[in-house]
Amino acid sequence: MDSVADIGGATGWGQVSPPPPQDQDPPFHDAWEGRAFALTLLAMGRVSGQNLDAFRYALSRLDSKSYFDDGYYGRWLNASELMLVESGIIAPGAVDARARKNAGESVEEPGEPEPSKPDYSATAAGSLRQVEEAPRFAVGDTVTTLTDVESDANKLPLYVRGRTGVVEAVQPAHVFPETHARFLGEKAQHVYSVRFTSTELYGADAEKFDLTIEIFDDYLQEKA
Amino acid sequence: MSTALNPDEHLDGSGNRIGPALRTEALEQLLTERGLVDPNVMDKFIATYETAVGPLNGAKVVAKAWTDPEYKARLLAEGTAAIKELGFAGPQGEHIVVVENTDSVHNVVVCTLCSCYPWPVLGLPPAWYKDPAYRARVVREPRKVLSEMGCEVGDDVEIIVRDSSAEVRWLVLPQQPAGTEGLSEEELIPLITRDALVGVAHISAP
Repeated sequence: MDSVADIGGATGWGQVSPPPPQDQDPPFHDAWEGRAFALTLLAMGRVSGQNLDAFRYALSRLDSKSYFDDGYYGRWLNASELMLVESGIIAPGAVDARARKNAGESVEEPGEPEPSKPDYSATAAGSLRQVEEAPRFAVGDTVTTLTDVESDANKLPLYVRGRTGVVEAVQPAHVFPETHARFLGEKAQHVYSVRFTSTELYGADAEKFDLTIEIFDDYLQEKA
Repeated sequence: MSTALNPDEHLDGSGNRIGPALRTEALEQLLTERGLVDPNVMDKFIATYETAVGPLNGAKVVAKAWTDPEYKARLLAEGTAAIKELGFAGPQGEHIVVVENTDSVHNVVVCTLCSCYPWPVLGLPPAWYKDPAYRARVVREPRKVLSEMGCEVGDDVEIIVRDSSAEVRWLVLPQQPAGTEGLSEEELIPLITRDALVGVAHISAP
């Protein structure tokens, strides 16, 4: 994906603390988190049906502060705002202006923008689709991922690019996030759970383990 | 299309960043005033994930699998359908694959690109699952991360990390603790914790 969201395998992150007891770890730690969660679900519907890929694409285009510093539901809020602004549903700066006004500042609020909602809807509910052609690869096949992908909406994380693994399962076909996220079409295709060794991913000194990740057909090189 | 928000946005008149709580309130007002969002619908969404849809669902699935070998076989073969038998389905549960932890294999689940998670069986993800440190590191040094989280995995046990990069959602069927074989589903359910169903904890006998 090559974006602020693509952090798999990145170094420089600190320790992970032991999780608190489940009954002390509610889904929302502050009331606003629940509001941001629910607003996002509804805002997504306002923009273009429940296009989750468009939402994830919006998340991946946030600046680092808006992605990390506001926390998980803050990131949802910021991605919702981005989608709503791009669709002409709210004006750029409208949220900040209202928040400052609510805090007692004297601020002029922007008017309603010209709607520019994408003329797009999914062909069916959900993300799974039927694909007529047979999968290119079968369980047990050795496959290699692409080393480069062009679209900034891609779903091939950096840490698995140009790596060779084995197909562990052929999963149901999905809409292709790269095009669906940008309202360019579903391009439904086969998806494989591909299993990699840690040494293939990180080199001979890596901690020993295996990893599976779902790889879209478009991201696999031709058979050798 | 790649018009990221300006990082200098979200500043108040004194140049301080406006926190997400205030901006959430502002966005809700803007959308509600124009009739684009109904706060009552928002309340329902929140209540659903605070009460109805949570890790108790997953615990019921696991307790049934531990006490009913035929159900366990169906669960491992066709997770989504077997979970639906207990009435659990919905957003983020289109295709759920269940993997079993054993004496020789330990599965652990992550979503490195966002925080995808099997909502119908576990509810919304806990804070640690969304922590960038967990997302970044569990796909690079899982044994070390699990140890930091208090989950020791023996050197003779193979670790398989499941990175949920598409719409497949993963659920771990944890090992049943020794000494609980005679317990009923109802007695087992309270022992089964969310963290074990993601693969970052073991389940202990009572």
